[in-house]
Amino acid sequence: MEFLLQPLTLLTFFPLVGVLALLFIPGEKKTALRWTALVTSLLTFALSIWVLTKFNASNPDLQLVAKYDWITVAGWNIQYYLGLDGLSILLVLLTGFLTPISILSTWTAVEDRVKDFMLFFLLLEVGMMGVFLAQDLFLFYIFWEFTLIPMYFLIGIWGGPRRIYAAVKFFLYTMAGSILMLLAILWLGIYGKTFSVPDLIAQRNIPADVQFWLFIAFAAAFAIKVPMWPLHSWLPDAHVEAPTAGSIILAGVLLKMGTYGFLRFNIPLFPQASLQAAPWIALLATIGIIYGAAVSYAQSDAKKLVAYSSVSHLGFVMLGMFALNVQGVEGAILQMINHGLSTGAMFLLVGMIYEQTHTRDMKVYGGLWKVTPIFGTAMLIASLSSMGLPGLNGFVGEFTILLGAFGSTAINNPLYAGISALGVIMAAVYILYMFQKMFLGPEGSIVEEVRKHGHALRDLNWREIATVVPLLIFMFWIGLYPAPFFNLMAPTVQKLVSALVIP
Amino acid sequence: MLKAQMLMPQFQDISTLLPFTILAVWTFALLLADLFIPRERKGITALLAALGLAVALGFTLSQIGREAAVGFNNMAVLDGFSAFINALLLVSGILGVALAYGYVKRMDLERGEYYILLLFSVIGMMLIAQAADLIMIFLGLELLSIPLYVLAAFARPKVDSEEAGLKYFLLGSFSAGFVVYGIALVFGATGTTSFSGVLASASTGTPNLLLTIGAALILVGFGFKVAAVPFHMWTPDVYQGAPTPVTAFMAAGAKIAGFAALLRVFGSALPSLASDMTPILVALAALTMIVGNLLAISQSDIKRMLAYSSIAHAGYILMAFVPFGNKSVLPVSVAAGLFYLVSYAITNFGSWGIVIAMEKAEGKGLAISDYAGLGRKYPALAAAMTVFMLSLIGLPPTLGLVGKFYLFRAVMSGGYVGLAIIGVLTSLVSAYYYLRVVVTMYMRDGEPEVTSEPWLNLTWGAAALVTVILSFVPQYLFEWASNAVLKLF
Repeated sequence: MEFLLQPLTLLTFFPLVGVLALLFIPGEKKTALRWTALVTSLLTFALSIWVLTKFNASNPDLQLVAKYDWITVAGWNIQYYLGLDGLSILLVLLTGFLTPISILSTWTAVEDRVKDFMLFFLLLEVGMMGVFLAQDLFLFYIFWEFTLIPMYFLIGIWGGPRRIYAAVKFFLYTMAGSILMLLAILWLGIYGKTFSVPDLIAQRNIPADVQFWLFIAFAAAFAIKVPMWPLHSWLPDAHVEAPTAGSIILAGVLLKMGTYGFLRFNIPLFPQASLQAAPWIALLATIGIIYGAAVSYAQSDAKKLVAYSSVSHLGFVMLGMFALNVQGVEGAILQMINHGLSTGAMFLLVGMIYEQTHTRDMKVYGGLWKVTPIFGTAMLIASLSSMGLPGLNGFVGEFTILLGAFGSTAINNPLYAGISALGVIMAAVYILYMFQKMFLGPEGSIVEEVRKHGHALRDLNWREIATVVPLLIFMFWIGLYPAPFFNLMAPTVQKLVSALVIP
Repeated sequence: MLKAQMLMPQFQDISTLLPFTILAVWTFALLLADLFIPRERKGITALLAALGLAVALGFTLSQIGREAAVGFNNMAVLDGFSAFINALLLVSGILGVALAYGYVKRMDLERGEYYILLLFSVIGMMLIAQAADLIMIFLGLELLSIPLYVLAAFARPKVDSEEAGLKYFLLGSFSAGFVVYGIALVFGATGTTSFSGVLASASTGTPNLLLTIGAALILVGFGFKVAAVPFHMWTPDVYQGAPTPVTAFMAAGAKIAGFAALLRVFGSALPSLASDMTPILVALAALTMIVGNLLAISQSDIKRMLAYSSIAHAGYILMAFVPFGNKSVLPVSVAAGLFYLVSYAITNFGSWGIVIAMEKAEGKGLAISDYAGLGRKYPALAAAMTVFMLSLIGLPPTLGLVGKFYLFRAVMSGGYVGLAIIGVLTSLVSAYYYLRVVVTMYMRDGEPEVTSEPWLNLTWGAAALVTVILSFVPQYLFEWASNAVLKLF
């Protein structure tokens, strides 16, 4: 009983209560199914807030630890080990926050097999929470691989026309990285005689040459997930084909699992290798920023544009993280949240208009602001946030990252930060280009097309407003007053960075 | 006087082979009893066969934790390893009966011999698990194989089935020939067939080419039995042609017995050959994993796909066997191999159970494309199949993941990192074709028909539950597997 009442256990596995409830509701009662899932995810969010109130921001160490022996026979030393610190608290909150929003976005978009959809969605939430909380490598690996399965079904069953291709590609790509990580995990387990991450970090005795290989193996899993250029090719397919809710979670949370992995495992476990790798990662990140931005500009499909913009934005996160100084890492963590909010909102909004028009081709849109003003305003705020306008969240994150990258002794070359700054300008170009195509200018052909079918394009309804407004509030909040967010992570980041011996 | 004592088995002898003896007596009794069971009520034979297996299982479980002992003049051995393997074999036998129960009725194959042949095969397998002498190994091999040849051809006059039986018989006898010849050479080199004798002679004498060749021939022979590449050619045809419950039993039982034999012979009698044999085994394991998984990709028939998948899994299990000469790693890797065998056997019976549920008369319903729409129409069945596929890939939350974790750890502790890398990469390949089944079930539309039979449903249902639940609490199985050590002489 004590085991089940641990705050973090409760938070991780609470969605299973909803899963159980869903199993007993017949498939035809779609409204009941939706409400059950929504209420479950809202309660999970409430639990994550409750966990936040118990979280002591000034303590850099793991808190609210739930630690039990799990498999300790035959030379195994595997623990059920959950813990929370400054690296994960914001991501846990983001997961709790985005899940109800995603579920709300499916209210009318998902009509087919609602029960299965909600089941998979709640299972996915369990996996995501587990990934951010697990402190034992074996446990982490289970959660990490487990997130693949519900997402695979979400894309494959409820996705667009090329959904099967996209789902299988997503699955195989991600698995390709994680199996190499599996071997590295096993090596660490044999070498350190434990799978507990804090214990392994405390040992600090992995030989430098081995560190290099282990770093590569872990990085393979995380870099694919992020995704870093040139391993990104699964992302546009998965995003374009996924249902809106899937895209929100994919961009908002699943990609962050990759960047989080670097922070939680690569940097503290393999400090020497991290320092060696920093310039190379910075190089790849910079290429990703420019490449992602350039490709985004070339898209005519709005969703694809947002998808490629993720490659660019996540490049910033990687650049900041491997600056390996306090500013860079803090900026990177904040930018993970920012990206979750702004890209989540963009996918949400694109999904909302798609539901009415069944097309995402920007060429047929135009002048939407006049027709749907609330929708236009929401999109404008999300776009400005995404491109990093001061006063909104994106600016704070990118600015801190660039500051960190300029001054980084690990990267040791201000050129990367300089080129990356161009990425900010390019973001303005492709995002404003999209906004102009869809919302300004003369009325696009699609408005007439929809009218021909007897009903005009409608603006956002109350449910849709309720879905998107929470995201917008946070964009302003982080943009105008980011201090509380930085305070949550600062001590842990300090500790992480000071453990690195930078020459 | 001395001679009489040697001929008359003592109580102690019998007690080493107790489950075997009980099952053997039961089987002969059943053979007679079956004569009096009317043709249309052969279900009784099935129940009696299962009962016999269950009784033997009970005695096997009571043997766990007993001190290792030898009997019948060093011919048979009882140790933790044999108890574990016997239990696994008996459970496989029970599941084999459960899968066949409705199927043979439905396909009009119901004859009492079916279950009796199955029991004989189990007896042979158990004999292998307890062998302490090369002659016993051969005896067990023949006893397990001959009933399987007949069972493979049981659906006569169906050509596929007859072909399967003949093919299996020809290649099986061929491989048995290899084993006998290998045993003869080992005997020639060492002057004895008992494991302890071979061990003593092999580890003191100078390196002996005759012995090495003999060992290699034994390896080839059992390579056929476990379907390791390049001795796998028969597998897809036989698995496809044989009645599906026979295939299910063969895929689990024969594989378990084959690995038990290899571990017995090489682990306890021939560790001195490790330096010669290890590279061969590494190559064999790697080749089996690669070829099995690659060939499975292009299959469109579920039975053939699962056949190639079972070849691939033979490769994974072979990995556990690679460090057989290293006394410090051997216990870990034997335990890992046993654990993996359990996870493979459960998943195997479950997935073949689904195949049986989908199979129609005249070999219909066996294409992977026939599974379209299963997810919508039969959610429980599709969920179970998904669990099996995930377990075969090695993904959470299934026993397959824990098994692979354990196995790769053993391989890496032995220092074979390259082999482990091949293992994980081929797992990735396997994800592609296992996922295709899942894709078909959930993401394509169709109107599948499913046969629902109580014993069949129970088998796949229980297999799916066990696969998931054991993955959360694997420690008991871990503990049991790591205590199931091989008795070394």
